[in-house]
Amino acid sequence: MMLKLANLNHTSYLIDNVTIVDPAKNTMYAGHVAVVDGKIDAVERGRAKEASLPIYDGGGLHLAPGFIDIHVHLREPGYEYKETVASGTLAAVAGGFTAVACMPNTNPAIDDPSVVEFILKQAKIAGRARVYPIAAATKGRKGEILSEYHELVAAGAVAITDDGSPVASAEMARRVMEYAAPLGIPFIEHCEDMAASGAGVMHEGFYSTKLGLKGIPAHSEEVCLSRDLLILKSVRGAKFHAAHMSTKGSIQLIKRAKEDGLPVTAETAPHYLCLEDKDLVGYDTNLKINPPLRGADDREAMIEAIKDGTIDCVASDHAPHAAHEKQVEFNAAPNGSVGLETMFPLLVTHLVKPGHLTLPQTLALITHKAAQCLGVPGGTLARGVPADLVLFDPAETWTVSAASLHSKSRNSAFLGHALTGRVKHTLVDGVNVIPAKVGV
Amino acid sequence: MITNRKHLLGLEGMTSEEITRLLDTAESFKEVSERPVKKVPALRGTTIANLFFEASTRTRISFELAEKRLSADSVNFTVSGSSVSKGETLRDTAENIQAMKVDMIVIRHSAAGAPHFLASLLEASVVNAGDGAHEHPTQGLLDMFTLRERWGNFDDKKVVIVGDLAHSRVARSNIHGLVTMGVEVVVCGPPTLIPIDIERLGVSVETDLRKALEDADAVNVLRIQKERQAAGLFPSIDEYARVWGVNSRVLERAKPDCVVMHPGPMNRGVEIAHDVADGERSVILDQVTNGVAVRMAVLYLCSGGAAIESTEETEAAEAKAAKGKQVA
Amino acid sequence: MSEIVYKSTLLDRDQIRRAIKRIAHEIVERNGGVDGLFVVGIRRRGVPLAERIAKYIEQIEGHSIPVGALDITLYRDDFQSVLKHPQVGKTEIKDDITDKIVILVDDVLYTGRTIRAALDELIDFGRPKRIQLAVLIDRGHREFPIKADYVGKNVPTSETELVEVHLDEIDEADEVLLAEKQS
Repeated sequence: MMLKLANLNHTSYLIDNVTIVDPAKNTMYAGHVAVVDGKIDAVERGRAKEASLPIYDGGGLHLAPGFIDIHVHLREPGYEYKETVASGTLAAVAGGFTAVACMPNTNPAIDDPSVVEFILKQAKIAGRARVYPIAAATKGRKGEILSEYHELVAAGAVAITDDGSPVASAEMARRVMEYAAPLGIPFIEHCEDMAASGAGVMHEGFYSTKLGLKGIPAHSEEVCLSRDLLILKSVRGAKFHAAHMSTKGSIQLIKRAKEDGLPVTAETAPHYLCLEDKDLVGYDTNLKINPPLRGADDREAMIEAIKDGTIDCVASDHAPHAAHEKQVEFNAAPNGSVGLETMFPLLVTHLVKPGHLTLPQTLALITHKAAQCLGVPGGTLARGVPADLVLFDPAETWTVSAASLHSKSRNSAFLGHALTGRVKHTLVDGVNVIPAKVGV
Repeated sequence: MITNRKHLLGLEGMTSEEITRLLDTAESFKEVSERPVKKVPALRGTTIANLFFEASTRTRISFELAEKRLSADSVNFTVSGSSVSKGETLRDTAENIQAMKVDMIVIRHSAAGAPHFLASLLEASVVNAGDGAHEHPTQGLLDMFTLRERWGNFDDKKVVIVGDLAHSRVARSNIHGLVTMGVEVVVCGPPTLIPIDIERLGVSVETDLRKALEDADAVNVLRIQKERQAAGLFPSIDEYARVWGVNSRVLERAKPDCVVMHPGPMNRGVEIAHDVADGERSVILDQVTNGVAVRMAVLYLCSGGAAIESTEETEAAEAKAAKGKQVA
Repeated sequence: MSEIVYKSTLLDRDQIRRAIKRIAHEIVERNGGVDGLFVVGIRRRGVPLAERIAKYIEQIEGHSIPVGALDITLYRDDFQSVLKHPQVGKTEIKDDITDKIVILVDDVLYTGRTIRAALDELIDFGRPKRIQLAVLIDRGHREFPIKADYVGKNVPTSETELVEVHLDEIDEADEVLLAEKQS
């Protein structure tokens, strides 16, 4: 008689009757996993034999390394009405994420070791997903003075960025890369030329013309990316990661930089794979995102870039906003959509189902490859690593509704979308962190 | 033909039959404004709120007159500046007004999509009186009404829209309506004021005004906002007037009976020369007159949800058919 | 879906002609000539009837008299209860009606509500000296205190019955039918 995973209360056990998905090894097979003291002890093919450990029933679900989202806005401190570390990490584990990296556009910004420590403490109290704070590249994200990277890294920060906005000038971007280089942490850029974006609220193109909304041209992203790539050439030892890439032109720039051997990685977000500017007809503010939803060409280029490896990983850019903030005129609404709980099913629906990628290839984008971009551990089923695991049904279809989400904010760009793939259990350090009463 | 339209948010997507029905209805209403008693009881008991979040004396007065001539009860709610700066959100304002049992809302707002937002939120009918740079459907309809009055129909006509296309809701509504009716539309202005991919709306772009006006049957002159110059979109008012101002000399390129329109208020001597504004070809005051009739038609049709053949007519036809059957 | 079933023909082409002619004579006689007469038809079928009456009066008296058209859609009292609006037609009252004798013409007089609306609209155009009502058919069932001055034919009907007037100008037939709605 096997035990139920929902009642998991051992630190050493077997999970039997699962399909193992190992993205790092690009394999998928029926098997079982042994966890000892919260660490992966063995991943083997076939059913479990008589063992000294208690056996839990995987129920025929798929088992993979816990997902890692390297671009999340947890909003704490400062905007706890939108999201907190606790609510954000609950949404994370509900979406299968065992680790998230949080962006520094909080209030105060994550530009001081005390803020890093505060977030890590809140994460520990919440006791769900791991949280990797990303520090502000400049004090207050103002682009004027460098933050204290050494102190911040010592406190637990894993990367630097001024995300929410770009590092303001070419000069400052150069200093950021130079100063961060010896620490080995990546500089993550939010690529945007603020003058080019101006008062824009959506992608500049036929639909901005039709809707009478001010456009954000594709070159707003590309100009800033080009600037940073040119600087990167001359800064030895720097690591550069381009956040939420949205345009075809950016893909070309990244591709060339990689061909030139530059230390560049790049991410995109699921909405750039399955939504377009034309979806803004109707002025739904949940679809107001920055960078904006782009044209059909850009979307297609993004899928190709994922297939050919130009894009290294996918991150949700989970950006919670309160209902009253989004229920306003389109111009006045803040940018962003929540994304932690829809990312995995979106990738199944839009990459696996159409046959662009296999399931292991797809999960690589949100497991070990994402971890590598950020330089953090995780995302594998290697022996001895913490048992951060996710169990999911890749075939279950469900419809996204506000009620189905666990984030404090429900501003999802995907409300009403029917998606395939649903997370059932999320384990961190071998502990099932989805409480039974919450359920997923 | 049946139209079923509770809201008028824009002319985009409207069929030529619908536009024709609206213009025909407006023709009946134009007659009302010529009566000794310029008022009919059609919307007696209907309450209409005019929410103007952006200053516009002309459009507001036109709507108010239309409402009064239909015997509707109307209230005006004018807020200068955005609702956000007032501290109350558009949603709260609208829900408050709805709580007072208002049947229709006429909204002018600086944000594109604001009327769509209200329509998704409220039970009341919503009529767009201009939203940002998106649409100004009643202006589009009154421009078309004025042209049809002159021409009789829209066959084989060419209309030039000149000015700040990028920021013009008047232009977009005109383009949607005219293209649907089969009119050739050419847009003209400084390249910095022509929005990207506008050709895909079914128009052609010509930056040289003289070329654009070649054989034109009408020219619709858009108001140039001086703040666009401050934003760096064109260098000076003088240069604009010299290159894109419509004067009698450049109008020689157009057909002799080319109609000149302007949605007002005009910057005389900038986008339009004095003699053209007051000249024989100008229908600018006709536009104002027709605006009231068109808005009456829009309010009337939106208040009832549809315009259909009366049941009496259907019965008359059926009785005739029934007799035919019996005799045969 | 209800079906309309034909029952009988109340007036044929000749009978319509004779009825209208008789009404024209009565109008002239009652008003002592054509002075100040203004014939106004209610859209749609009152309009051709008004034109025919005016033509006969001209034949009788040798003077042409003005004819107008009234579209009462905007004056209907069932406007708020019916969700869908009938098409609005044009009202054409070109001359001043003040101090005129207005002959209001409609095809069928039934509840009287149409005539109430027509009276309301008419007085918005001026202050006639007198308004008289001429109808081709009076089928009874009045809901308002309204009575016709000139009637082509009185027809007792039940409320489920329909009286359908067809005129050449609109229907390419000249006849009045009695029909019934059956469900």
